[in-house]
Amino acid sequence: MYPCMKLKHLEQRLQDISMFDKPKIVLEQYVTPSHLGSHMLYTIQSQYGDIEGKLVADLGSGCGALSIGAAVLNASLVTGFEIDEDAIEIFQENCQDHELTNIEVIQCDVLKDIPSRFNKAFDTVLMNPPFGTKNNAGTDMKFLDTALRLSNNVVYSLHKTSTRSFILKHTESLGVKAEVLAELHYDLPSTYKFHKKKSVDIEVDFYKFSV
Amino acid sequence: MKLLTHNMLTSKCMKGVSVGYPLAINALDVRVSEVDFNPEFIARMIPKLDWNVLYGAAESIGQLKDLPRDIIENFESNEDFLKKVHHVLMEVDIINGDLICPETGRKFPINNGIPNMLLNEDEV
Repeated sequence: MYPCMKLKHLEQRLQDISMFDKPKIVLEQYVTPSHLGSHMLYTIQSQYGDIEGKLVADLGSGCGALSIGAAVLNASLVTGFEIDEDAIEIFQENCQDHELTNIEVIQCDVLKDIPSRFNKAFDTVLMNPPFGTKNNAGTDMKFLDTALRLSNNVVYSLHKTSTRSFILKHTESLGVKAEVLAELHYDLPSTYKFHKKKSVDIEVDFYKFSV
Repeated sequence: MKLLTHNMLTSKCMKGVSVGYPLAINALDVRVSEVDFNPEFIARMIPKLDWNVLYGAAESIGQLKDLPRDIIENFESNEDFLKKVHHVLMEVDIINGDLICPETGRKFPINNGIPNMLLNEDEV
């Protein structure tokens, strides 16, 4: 066990985070719910000590739920990579509200614009990637490949449970150790008009990848 | 944008750029904000840095203070040195300005502390 803030305090901090004003379907923008985000981060720090004092990256950082949580848990520096400037604006407001100075954001396309000088630069890479359900199948795998390239130690990520065998096979072929830490129910509120039900419950796996 | 981030950023993803490093800095607005000092973290970062680039970047924006020209011996145990590095690396923030590709002169704007490294379709 590693030192960590109490789970309920972390969750309270994450509940204050503002969300997307107008989520964009093409970027598959969903907010990481505070309950889910705080449990992920609590596990990463309390079980593995992979946040405090670490250089952390958050790929597709959106409004910053995971980044802010990692900064609150005393990452030395968290760098968010995000393409969308509207999301970045909200991210920044959230950082200011939380009075955090150990956070950076770089506006770029995670899949195209992260140069090789960043390879193995980060101790820990976090992400809640687009699952690739709407017209962008495989996006989460492209995010994963980028994350594995940027990390010198571990990647923590969420992927749909339905893709588990594919992910395990893919990472095994890369010589990466993959562990499913938990199966989670991701309760996606109906963010978009095409969602017919009030919320969609999807099953996701919470992974730890050791490079 | 902190100088630690600047130490890693390149414009290498651009078409026709072979190294794209280091990016020149045109700083219009620089802010210094306090960040918790973690000596182990700084000591761990130092071997990964391009020291000349860090020194040059700090000098170009007038934030050198008394950072030594070279990494000193036994830096891991020299708290005074680690604090100087911490300050330059973590506490100096470029709020507004540009990063400039050394090969093409392409400017990457920094607004509100955020470097915009997005490339247009015809640049990749």
